Amino acid sequence: MKTFNYHSAKDVKEASKLSSSNSAFLAGGMTTLPSMKLGLASYKDLINLKNIKGLSGIKVSGKTVKIGSTTKHVEVAQSKEVKKAIPSLAALADGIGDPQVRNRGTIGGSVANNDPAADYPSACIALNAVIHTNSRKIEAEKFFKGMFETALKSGEIIEAIEFEIPKKSSYQKYPNPASRYAIVGVYVAECKSGVNVAITGAKSCVYNDKNLSSTLSKNFSSSAIDGVQISSSGMNSDIHASADYRANMIKVFAKKAVEAC
Amino acid sequence: MASLVGSRVERKEDKKLLTGRGKYTADVTFAHQTYAYFVRSPHARAEIKKVDFSKAIKAPGVVSVLTGKDIVDDKIGGLIAGWRIKSEDGSDMKVPPHPPLASETVNYVGDHVAVVIAESLDEARNAADLVKVDYKVLKAVVDTSDAMKSDQIYKDIPKNLCFDWLLGDRAKVKEAFDKADKVIKIDLINNRLVPNAMEPRAANADYNPSTEEITLYTTSQNPHLARIIISAFNGVAPENKLRVIAPDVGGGFGSKIYPYAEEVVCSWAAKKIERPVKWVADRTESFLSDCHGRDHVTHAELAVKNDGTFLGFKNETVANLGAYASVFGTVTPTYLFGPCATGVYKMPAAYTNVKAVYTNTAPVDAYRGAGRPEATYTIETLVDKAARELGIDPVEIRMKNFPTQFPFQQTLVHSVDSGDYIAGLKKAVEASDYKGFEKRKRESESKGKLRGIGVCTYFEACGIAPSPVVMMLGCGIGLWESAEVRFNPTGNVTVFTGSHSHGQGHDTTFAQIAADQLGVPMENIEISHGDTDKGPFGYGTYGSRSLTVGGTAIVKACEKIIAKGKRVAAKMLEASEDDVEFSNGEFVVAKSNKKKTIGEVAFACYLPGTYGEVKSPLPEGEEPGLKETSFFDPANFSFPAGSHICEVEVDPETGETEVVKYTAIDDFGTIINPLVVEGQVHGGLVQGIGQALYENCHYDKSGQLVTASYMDYTMPRADNFPEFNLGFTCTPATSNPLGTKGCGEAGAIAAPPTVMNAVMNAIGTEISMPATAEKVWKACKENKKTNSKAA
Repeated sequence: MKTFNYHSAKDVKEASKLSSSNSAFLAGGMTTLPSMKLGLASYKDLINLKNIKGLSGIKVSGKTVKIGSTTKHVEVAQSKEVKKAIPSLAALADGIGDPQVRNRGTIGGSVANNDPAADYPSACIALNAVIHTNSRKIEAEKFFKGMFETALKSGEIIEAIEFEIPKKSSYQKYPNPASRYAIVGVYVAECKSGVNVAITGAKSCVYNDKNLSSTLSKNFSSSAIDGVQISSSGMNSDIHASADYRANMIKVFAKKAVEAC
Repeated sequence: MASLVGSRVERKEDKKLLTGRGKYTADVTFAHQTYAYFVRSPHARAEIKKVDFSKAIKAPGVVSVLTGKDIVDDKIGGLIAGWRIKSEDGSDMKVPPHPPLASETVNYVGDHVAVVIAESLDEARNAADLVKVDYKVLKAVVDTSDAMKSDQIYKDIPKNLCFDWLLGDRAKVKEAFDKADKVIKIDLINNRLVPNAMEPRAANADYNPSTEEITLYTTSQNPHLARIIISAFNGVAPENKLRVIAPDVGGGFGSKIYPYAEEVVCSWAAKKIERPVKWVADRTESFLSDCHGRDHVTHAELAVKNDGTFLGFKNETVANLGAYASVFGTVTPTYLFGPCATGVYKMPAAYTNVKAVYTNTAPVDAYRGAGRPEATYTIETLVDKAARELGIDPVEIRMKNFPTQFPFQQTLVHSVDSGDYIAGLKKAVEASDYKGFEKRKRESESKGKLRGIGVCTYFEACGIAPSPVVMMLGCGIGLWESAEVRFNPTGNVTVFTGSHSHGQGHDTTFAQIAADQLGVPMENIEISHGDTDKGPFGYGTYGSRSLTVGGTAIVKACEKIIAKGKRVAAKMLEASEDDVEFSNGEFVVAKSNKKKTIGEVAFACYLPGTYGEVKSPLPEGEEPGLKETSFFDPANFSFPAGSHICEVEVDPETGETEVVKYTAIDDFGTIINPLVVEGQVHGGLVQGIGQALYENCHYDKSGQLVTASYMDYTMPRADNFPEFNLGFTCTPATSNPLGTKGCGEAGAIAAPPTVMNAVMNAIGTEISMPATAEKVWKACKENKKTNSKAA
């Protein structure tokens, strides 16, 4: 690991001020630190957000669940309120990585990193989430821009993520047998505006499968999915799964998700 | 005292190992320690034009930068191929030079180019980035089956062919095939594996300029071999000036049998800079530079009669050696592979032909089972195919071809001293409820799953080995084992073994043996291994040899102790030596109550004389002390065998395969500690099932290792397995007094064909390892197409 300056910010304002083109914000560090150790990334400054008061915590209102950005996966997984309001979201958090990752990793870190195989981005899309930052509110559909790319600007910090409480929902993933990241993850949620089917792992960035979403909006049943053609165009193809296999798995796991709702 | 042999004694070493009190090479830090980081080739094949380290040497904390030129200047010898194999035409195998640091060419990604030594690891690593190597990149040879047709890697090795070896008789095989009702053919790939020991390799060498001695701590299964190679072949220091210590070692699976470039370089560099040099591999370095395992491409044929009788067997294999011939790299695909490829069966005629090829990949060497898993996979999938094509039950076809007389002269090399294969398979059929399979299959089908059952019966040759035999077959060394049993004056015991424990549980098993032999409580016996300055020369641990060879040496040394003890006790008890009997730790004069404990005798041996008296308890001419050494060279290999039966459930929608039932009935001869043996079987099964379903080392076309971390290399995990159903049969080995046969590799040998036979039974098509979900899904989809067409 190359040497770097470590800062622990007191508040979001200070953190933002410290940031530069050669810095990174540190939350759980579950991606940042291994990347630095492996020499894949190096920064002049690391700015720790975890000591900032008010960034962590879960608030459930009548319509939404708002989760502070430094809230750890384990806290979401074990939260009675989340389990009651959006059980699929608690279950998703419980299935991220391994116990070490769940005890360190944060929701804000996961969303800001936007790994194409991460779990949380699919929840954001499926549950019409709003990403609250220190300068604005961004709708999930507009937030995830591409592989490891988001709408966040330099110095912009996620403060919280607010999810709509759906009528019913389920997240089902087929994990990569080696890394256990999602080869495909399918988040099905019936929200006020209709059904969303968010897919992670399959392409370079999480997306809402409009075809599946509209089909299920009309007929919420696993048999409805049988008639949907999932095109493998644009899907990832690697040593673990070809594009065709991913397309097949989306269908299989979408059906599982519908059945589990 | 009740016998400890056969008891489920909990492992003595676990308290230390499980509470973080083990001492591993990385835990050793000397005063004035320096840290090494290796500059490795990023290319699979290239010429080195220039190495410029002018910036690196000036970087903060850097002590020294050494390159291949220094290796040449200091006349440091290359790494060796330990086993000489001759081709069918009588010519010698062809071996390229393998310098510890390359100066002319690099031949795989991870090959060693330079070493940067600094005051800290971070400084060494950062400075390594500043070493500029000018490469002329050449086209890499990667694929095993294409290697002979590809660009020539070494100028003196045409077709990249190390040897073209034959074992068996082609003419007799032709005769057998001419008589056959049917010939069953199979094409197989034995997938390449990365060993993945929990503890990465490491070395820490300290040099004392005043005594000119080097002390090398290293992750070795075999410190004595490391010492002799680093001394005699690499020429770093004479043996008497090189002490090699393999302290606690976290797994080896074959990958730590022999020294690598890093140990040689650290030892040499420590002497050069007169400071200790430490290197600890990170996980990526382990993936890149530990010797890999397997990697065969095989075509095999079985000649059969319609009633299922085997008539003959052909095996044409291309084995990938990687970029260099490693120490056991050449014997693994030959003498450890060929003889076992006819399996556990009567086979009137057989041959195995192996073409060993060089490629621009990491060297391939022994990995748990070494050659026997490849052999067993070949014959056992072929036998299953024969059963399918002849419409005979897989159990029945095996029963039909088992030998019933022992010793059994196996077709190609081995005379198998003992076994009862029928009893083993019968027990496995019963324990697995083989007959109830159809019912379970219907239950699975009702859930939309396909269920398959797979059988494998194996034997293997281990406990290596009888020195005259292995030397005749081309081994550069004998493979006996040593033990020294040393009574301390107060009556407790230290046993030194030339074998090495890196997870096997020797501290426990060997103490059980010595306790039984000497009648001394187990807690008073310490097992010492892994230090060339303690105890006699030995040959380490691999090839399931420690107990049968090393354990026997302990028995023999104990026998010598007792013989001397009898002479001393006779004098002490004023009896004739012939009247003294030894049992349960006591020397007793027959038909009397006169006795001395072995502790009293030991005390007398060390302190001969009573205060104020002139007389000595030692017989005239007897030397003081009670310490004996034995070197045991077995008369034969040991031949464990077994029958494994596995059931899998396949989800045709996703291709996911779950091992739902696994029964293993093994014959390891006498079992000293069932708890330890079961642990060995579990570990072996997990690695074997890993090979069948998950693990696969993958290089891309340019020779880059794609699976260089756990993000991409699928290690099996606990949730991939059912509870294993283990059982044993016992036909004691006749080649050692304990009656034991090796058990360490059996699981990894038997599991791949057992699982694959079950998968193929479930889906009804042939499929290659690893049977990943996507591959199985594709096969299921193809079947669906074919079936619907047929309908």
